[in-house]
Amino acid sequence: MPAPIRLRELIRTIRTARTQAEEREMIQKECAAIRSSFREEDNTYRCRNVAKLLYMHMLGYPAHFGQLECLKLIASQKFTDKRIGYLGAMLLLDERQDVHLLMTNCIKNDLNHSTQYVQGLALCTLGCMGSSEMCRDLAGEVEKLLKTSNSYLRKKAALCAVHVIRKVPELMEMFLPATKNLLSEKNHGVLHTSVVLLTEMCERSPDMLAHFRKLVPQLVRILKNLIMSGYSPEHDVSGISDPFLQVRILRLLRILGKSDDDSSEAMNDILAQVATNTETSKNVGNAILYETVLTIMDIKSESGLRVLAINILGRFLLNNDKNIRYVALTSLLKTVQTDHNAVQRHRSTIVDCLKDLDVSIKRRAMELSFALVNGNNIRGMMKELLYFLDSCDPEFKADCASGVFLAAEKYGTDSLTSLHVTAVLSCVLAGSYVRDDSVPNLIQLITNSVEMHAYTVQRLYKALLDDISQQPLVQVASWCIGEYGDLLVSGQCEEEEPIQDEVLDVLEGLLVSNLSTPVTRGYALTAIMKLSTRFSSVNRIKKVVSIYGSSIDVELQQRAVEYNALFKKYDHMRPALLERMPIMEKTATNGPTEIVQTNGETEPSAVEPKHPPPVTQPANQVRTPYSGSYSEQDSSAVTTQFSHDIITFPPSVFQTFQLQLLSPSSNVVPALNQGTVTQVIRVLNPQKQQLRMRIKLTYTHKGSPVQDLAEVNNFPPQSWQ
Amino acid sequence: MIKAILIFNNHGKPRLSKFYEHYTEDTEQQIIRETFHLVSKRDENVCNFLEGGMLIGGSDYKLIYRHYATLYFVFCVDSSESELGILDLIQVFVETLDKCFENVCELDLIFHVDKVHNILAEMVMGGMVLETNMNEIITQVDAQNKMEKSETRQPETIS
Repeated sequence: MPAPIRLRELIRTIRTARTQAEEREMIQKECAAIRSSFREEDNTYRCRNVAKLLYMHMLGYPAHFGQLECLKLIASQKFTDKRIGYLGAMLLLDERQDVHLLMTNCIKNDLNHSTQYVQGLALCTLGCMGSSEMCRDLAGEVEKLLKTSNSYLRKKAALCAVHVIRKVPELMEMFLPATKNLLSEKNHGVLHTSVVLLTEMCERSPDMLAHFRKLVPQLVRILKNLIMSGYSPEHDVSGISDPFLQVRILRLLRILGKSDDDSSEAMNDILAQVATNTETSKNVGNAILYETVLTIMDIKSESGLRVLAINILGRFLLNNDKNIRYVALTSLLKTVQTDHNAVQRHRSTIVDCLKDLDVSIKRRAMELSFALVNGNNIRGMMKELLYFLDSCDPEFKADCASGVFLAAEKYGTDSLTSLHVTAVLSCVLAGSYVRDDSVPNLIQLITNSVEMHAYTVQRLYKALLDDISQQPLVQVASWCIGEYGDLLVSGQCEEEEPIQDEVLDVLEGLLVSNLSTPVTRGYALTAIMKLSTRFSSVNRIKKVVSIYGSSIDVELQQRAVEYNALFKKYDHMRPALLERMPIMEKTATNGPTEIVQTNGETEPSAVEPKHPPPVTQPANQVRTPYSGSYSEQDSSAVTTQFSHDIITFPPSVFQTFQLQLLSPSSNVVPALNQGTVTQVIRVLNPQKQQLRMRIKLTYTHKGSPVQDLAEVNNFPPQSWQ
Repeated sequence: MIKAILIFNNHGKPRLSKFYEHYTEDTEQQIIRETFHLVSKRDENVCNFLEGGMLIGGSDYKLIYRHYATLYFVFCVDSSESELGILDLIQVFVETLDKCFENVCELDLIFHVDKVHNILAEMVMGGMVLETNMNEIITQVDAQNKMEKSETRQPETIS
């Protein structure tokens, strides 16, 4: 068999391939050749073959048949073989293959090899992909090498120890004695990796953290030497002495100084020194400053130092280099919780960053802006944020919309209602990016901002014409059209208003569309029903409603049947039922109200039947009349029979209460207090809010409809506590 | 911790891929493709940091990249690494390659990918930074190459 081709040749050949298929063919041919060569147990060319295999693996072709060969290479005596073998092991093998355990013995031998480079290879491989079993077996060897005087091996052993600790945390104690004099090394490589090792140990164990606190003075000294030492050619990067080591030490200081006064005190001076003396013209200087700022913010530093840190960040924000600005925004985001006022000073710069072209900077600026919104600056911020929402990329819209909505909810007060509503509308118009559970909140908000009804319904109607696929938008829009449809067609809006038939077309379209969920269809049907008192085309509405009386969807069917009943038997009640909704009070501020939005499921608990029945609200806003019995009712005026009917709708779920209505005992109240009608309602009151009830009675007396309003406030405390 | 180091050219062809966490081969290729897709869309004068793609871990991981001529050098790191520090590290890596290959270009990386791996192994080990001093790295790499050369007195070589 001819000698296998060299890696160089293979690469050259593959590069001549003009299509993916050609490349695949070449690779397959070569794989076959390699496989037969492996089968022949050819020692001389094995490393060449494995190198080729690794190249093909990088291009994405399967190379698992080379795993055992890597092991054979590792076991070989030659350095060339070992080098490729270990590289192959790192690229092709991992813990999930059983083959890797076979390496343990080889690595053990190599860790004790006479040549430092072989030892280095073994450490490197163990540190990259050693499994927990391997780490357990070989931890002793690593620990030995950690104490050697050879700096090349010592630094590799330190990082290998980090990997061992990550895989087998219980072994951390084992490395403790070896760390004693790690920091007195002169070699920067060893120093660097030692600091990494110490950092890892401190992060993992609070005991270690306490133990290593005594190293703070030593670390401070090393840092001081680095800054003051002047030009040292071997460690110099753009004029600063070993910035990587400085950054690492600063990070370790941060961990050591967190929530510890003494250590923080010891660090104050050096941090101030680094912050003021570091040159900021190059990236390296800024890297160190950045790390310093993070450390100052995290430890218990004095306030002067903190102000210095935030000012540095403020300067970063104005820097031309985008990377610096990005990094500044990230760190301001971390500190905004603790030093809110200091960050507020830079608010205008942050808001400017919203207009940056860079996607990463925009995202950071957006998050930071939301964190900075408070009662004082809500107006200005909202304007900027709404503008951003309009003009930003789709990938931001979701987060931006929910952020604006949350901010509006939290800080929007009555005086800012129109601002609030505009904000919320924009969110909804941003489409599917609004959470589904915000629909009731939006509806409540819209109801309460009375002067905006016309504008709101007009905008929502227009949005509906464009797109009916976003369910939250459709639900809110159809609700509004149902409520304020008369405003929509009456010419109160500035632009051309639609005619009644168009509006009904749109709503009917929602009912039949495949895009609408069952909930949306429910909204649409109820909206159509409500328009029967606001529009004149009642016949059309009647027809639509009756069609859905036989719908497969049970919810729709029930509604349609009940609405049908409204048209037929209870037509006299229809106007009252379908009236405008009153202003809803926010439950958080006012305790229980009688008309509240829905949220969550709970089980009912019984209430004594003696209490008069409360008002219920079906899932869609039709007010229920009910009849109750009052022994207090004035019956002296009449002697004739009352007859009134009861319509009960299924109760909806309340934010603070849940109600379950059972059927009344009868639907006629005899005159002259000769009898009563009782209806049991079960109320679940998980928040133990005070029970109050407002009652509206609608009944017929001597053939004509009567309405009566009353309030019940005297529920005995035992009933709701 | 550094999760992965990738070098690919302007067309997305990988020139070096080293993962410090285990993924299957398919996932690795997908990661390379996705990273290329994210990075190639970037303008020249935007910042060098990107939030990581979906595959390699989502929110905690960042892509820090630099574009030199025809090659993208991408380091995928988590939040324990300093972003600006990694930028400097990429710079040191490229300068080291430049010294080792004498005015390095893409072809050098293509034909000597194993040597690039060896240089990288002296800088980053197990996802953590091992050595940042360029001269130190070059000294070690040269010594190991000399060892290799002294072994191979036969005509057989790797490449």
